[in-house]
Amino acid sequence: MDYALQQLVNGLTLGMIYGLIALGYTMVYGIIGMINFAHGDVFMIGAFISLISFILLGMGGITAVPIALVLVLAIAMCFTALYGFAVERVAYRPLRGSFRLAPLISAIGMSIFLQNFVQVAQGARVKPLEPVVTGGIVLMEGGTFTVTISAMQIIIILTTLVVLTIFTLIVARTPLGRAMRACEQDQRMAKLLGIDVDRTISLTFVIGAALAAVAGMMYLLYYGVIDFFIGFVAGVKAFTAAVLGGIGSLPGAVLGGLLIGLIETFWSAYFSVQYKDVAAFSILALTLLFMPSGLLGRHDVEKV
Amino acid sequence: MAQAGFPAIVKDAGLAALVALGVGAPLLGLQTVPGERGLDLVTRPGLLLATVCAVFVGRLLLGLFLANRRSAARSAARRAADAPPRIGLTPMQRVGKMVAPAFLALAVLMPVLPGIGRYEIDLGTLVLTYVMLGWGLNIVVGLAGLLDLGYVAFYAVGAYGYALLAKFFDLSFWAALPLTGLLAAAWGIILGFPVLRLRGDYLAIVTLAFGEIIRVVLLNWTSLTGGPNGMSGIPRPTFFGLPFSMSGGEGTFAGFFGLEPSPIHRVMFLYYIILALALITNFVTIRLRRHPVGRAWEALREDEIASRALGLSVVAVKLTAFATGAMFGGFAGAFFATRQGFISPESFTFIESALILAIVVLGGMGSQLGVAIAATLMIGGFEVFRGLDEYRMLVFGLAMVAIMVWRPRGLISSREPSVSLGARRNVGAEHVAEGKG
Repeated sequence: MDYALQQLVNGLTLGMIYGLIALGYTMVYGIIGMINFAHGDVFMIGAFISLISFILLGMGGITAVPIALVLVLAIAMCFTALYGFAVERVAYRPLRGSFRLAPLISAIGMSIFLQNFVQVAQGARVKPLEPVVTGGIVLMEGGTFTVTISAMQIIIILTTLVVLTIFTLIVARTPLGRAMRACEQDQRMAKLLGIDVDRTISLTFVIGAALAAVAGMMYLLYYGVIDFFIGFVAGVKAFTAAVLGGIGSLPGAVLGGLLIGLIETFWSAYFSVQYKDVAAFSILALTLLFMPSGLLGRHDVEKV
Repeated sequence: MAQAGFPAIVKDAGLAALVALGVGAPLLGLQTVPGERGLDLVTRPGLLLATVCAVFVGRLLLGLFLANRRSAARSAARRAADAPPRIGLTPMQRVGKMVAPAFLALAVLMPVLPGIGRYEIDLGTLVLTYVMLGWGLNIVVGLAGLLDLGYVAFYAVGAYGYALLAKFFDLSFWAALPLTGLLAAAWGIILGFPVLRLRGDYLAIVTLAFGEIIRVVLLNWTSLTGGPNGMSGIPRPTFFGLPFSMSGGEGTFAGFFGLEPSPIHRVMFLYYIILALALITNFVTIRLRRHPVGRAWEALREDEIASRALGLSVVAVKLTAFATGAMFGGFAGAFFATRQGFISPESFTFIESALILAIVVLGGMGSQLGVAIAATLMIGGFEVFRGLDEYRMLVFGLAMVAIMVWRPRGLISSREPSVSLGARRNVGAEHVAEGKG
């Protein structure tokens, strides 16, 4: 029981990270109907930029933890958003209107490029970061097992909730959010009504990348080590989360992320760590087979 | 799109350079290096500056080039509108008809040409392996229009299938070869059966997931596959029962034919095996295209809904394509295992799938000759830049994007349809999109 509760805490933390990445997949899929294969690598770049900012701040003498965290978050979001912008501009925009699989293939190329770019620019070695926040709260003192929630986990969960709230407000209340939803429903009609579709799509990528940067920073804080390859597996899992939640649905992405995080954590805790990726990949296949529109997704019919 | 005046182009290049500065600043301008405690940072302003300048100049040249081409294209379009429609083969297609036999002759004679050593034959074998894989995947992607990102799984099934058959049942390469093909085809059906109802890009991701699952299982099932250490001591192929041995004894290849024993014999033999396997793949593909099954594949690629309306069993048609492609992947895998004598899960990563897919895409999905040329260019290019290991993958990724942007239909961008009613029109790669959205 204690053990399961601890796994629940761990799984929720991990699920928050997946949910943040999954939002990027689901937004892009909703608006232009493509799988942004390079999104996992944008997340990895967010983690690297966070790492570099932490070191920079440390060298600059800013060591007060709350200030450092907020600054790093801001820097990582800005620069990673720029990556999202550049990727869309270089690899996807010229292909709009091309045949359906062209953007996917281009995205695979972009993913390979980003991975190797970071490998060449920053080295292939694993990069460690000293724990920024330590300590935690004991939730339950059992006989043999103590359930704790670390300060880091609290920060991750709280930050994610705040970011998600802001994000939801942007989509629901601002003109930009309205334009995004309009483009998702009917691009041609949106264009006729004076919405700059290209700009809206660009901003979708920018927001998706900024969310991925938050996820990257949380990943860095949580695990303490990153390398240039983390984006691939995290990306596939986050995509699984997006599909599980119903691709195109924003609450679905977060829900799917949480579920994937929980399933993975419980699988590792009770079955085997080696096969935890198999668990996530199998869920992807099973969801697509039996519930292709996901938990909260719309069911769409292919028309002639 | 801004009007293509010179100031606009300069402004555009300036903006691109600004973005490059922002993108490059954290990752190129600063590098993390292991320091005394934790990581330290070093600055690299020179590299950053060079990159920004390169982006500026590149974007400027591109802008000028595009502006030029746009005005040229406008006048060309005006001329084309007046010209009568072209009938029959274009000059390019006529040259194309000569290229294939020339390639074939070169491939057959390559090992015995003067000045060709062991290294060249080995490289030729590698290229032909990828040609075969490209042709195998071409059945799935190019003909049936199903994007398979996990093709390497079948390659792995073939390789491990042969290694295990040799280890546990003591089968020789020739006895095991048909079995590995069957095994891979069976896996193609097992994996394909549930997923083939999915739409194009979902199918791509699920096949990718299956490829990864197979790799993870190979990596962790240590008792059967040796895990990360792989399997070694895989038996080499024999020439009708005559092994290639350096002893030169009565029962060996060299001894039987009264030749001086030399390691080059086996290298050449392996080369001809893969050449034969690749040609079989090609031959079967060309024949199948005229077969009802092949026609059904292409019909499915053109329009899934129409095919279904005409009574084709979509799942069965897709399964045959998947299984046929998988079978050739399995053959290639068995060959890979016997050539290397050692296999490990390292050889079957996602990047291999991406490489094979890139060959098919660059070759112009559906074109046999294009795939062969693309494999030669790609593997040859990799070999030339072997010294720059990290950079070649960097360029590979960028090249994939660039091909999609500039030439999304590949090198051989169109071909005559296998069957057509009335006027013949060329088939473009845009049909490789099931359902067309």
